[in-house]
Amino acid sequence: MLSKRVVACLDVRDGHLAKSVKFVDTKNIGDPIEKARAYYEDGLDELVFYDITASNEHRNIMIDVVERVASEIFIPFSVGGGIRSVGDATKLRLAGAEKVNVNSAAVQDPDLIARISEAIGAQSTILSMDVLRVEASDSIPSGYEIVIHGGRKHTGKDALAWAQRGVELGAGELVVNSIDADGTREGYEIRLTRMIADAVPVPVIASGGAGKPEHLYDVLTEGRADAALIASMVHYGDYRVSELKQYLAERGLAIRTRW
Amino acid sequence: MITIVDYNAGNLRSVKRACDAVGIESVFTQDASAVASAERIIFPGVGHARSAMETLIETGLRDAILGAFDRGTPILGICVGAQLLLDGSEEGPTDGLGLIGGMTRRFQLDDPTLKIPHMGWNAVDVTQSHPLLEGLEPKDELYFVHSYYLDPSKRAHVFATSDYGGAFACAIGRDNLFATQFHPEKSGRLGLELLSRFATWGGSPC
Repeated sequence: MLSKRVVACLDVRDGHLAKSVKFVDTKNIGDPIEKARAYYEDGLDELVFYDITASNEHRNIMIDVVERVASEIFIPFSVGGGIRSVGDATKLRLAGAEKVNVNSAAVQDPDLIARISEAIGAQSTILSMDVLRVEASDSIPSGYEIVIHGGRKHTGKDALAWAQRGVELGAGELVVNSIDADGTREGYEIRLTRMIADAVPVPVIASGGAGKPEHLYDVLTEGRADAALIASMVHYGDYRVSELKQYLAERGLAIRTRW
Repeated sequence: MITIVDYNAGNLRSVKRACDAVGIESVFTQDASAVASAERIIFPGVGHARSAMETLIETGLRDAILGAFDRGTPILGICVGAQLLLDGSEEGPTDGLGLIGGMTRRFQLDDPTLKIPHMGWNAVDVTQSHPLLEGLEPKDELYFVHSYYLDPSKRAHVFATSDYGGAFACAIGRDNLFATQFHPEKSGRLGLELLSRFATWGGSPC
């Protein structure tokens, strides 16, 4: 039976680790490769590196980070942030990333998903979506809207319709990030995650809001997610990856417990 | 020295990095004669089976691999590299190398909660002991990402199975040939150990 995955997200700025809370006030909390290795050794199933480097001249630092991760860490990892072209995606794949996350650029140019998927395969193409709860309306019937630029810009796109469109275009996996829950540590947006997981034939990674082990359990069961993304709850040492996995296994989920 | 067959199949660098990490010397090659004379061969693969097979035929790598097998060279196939060892694949469709009888088939899953591709960590059950699988314990999990599965015709060629809407073969082999649907290079310590065992494997299934 396929196990549920625990995925840690590392936000990287100019080659250093950062953690965003509500996407503002990021502060540097360490070396991404050192953190990644510690999680790998503690049984993490997968990693996501999100490049929040502001300036283009520092982009190559990320390629360097990816190459170093790929030489030391032998679990799958994906990279997101600032991917605007097939060239960006293939460069990261060659540097050793198993998968590539597209987000804002795909909202502005949906065909980018198809082009990347054609070049590196659907299984390596992740559509990452930042979602905000809104009043349901004719244009946004699900009551969840896609936002971009770290949640600052509304797009008028319905999250459910966008998820389905992304899969049609060639995304092999979705990251569903709730802007409302992100940084709160009060739990994932279960209703949103479940709505999307039930509507698409590809795996869904739930993101935003993890603060306690039961939050992971809830989103992996009631929320129907295939994987749960965690960040601050492990970055600051409140929980260990192995402890979370042990908890989920004890509650009866299929979880990888030997590594 | 391990020769990694390079036919633009995507995950070559990952395999090389994993070999480097456990101190195994390896080289990439697209040169059929280098494959034919290799000491041992890793035949990796990610991507589309038919286009992979077309490349193998055009470059002469197909015949080089077949010749190496006949001479007893230890060969490890990974993912699409494993699928292409069978008679054929539904992905394309295409013929395979025909070294092991059977077909590569697309998952047909009745349960709508089972997503395709089968992606993530899954338990590998050893059904027949093999030197390369030594050290794996029941319920040990390895990393998979695939939409097509191995369906060899003889049970004697199956060494391990995994379960995704039913059991499927995830490690197959015969004689000096062994192949896995899972990715040892992405499967943490357990996968690296399998690669280490391959580096010293004599080429006998028992």
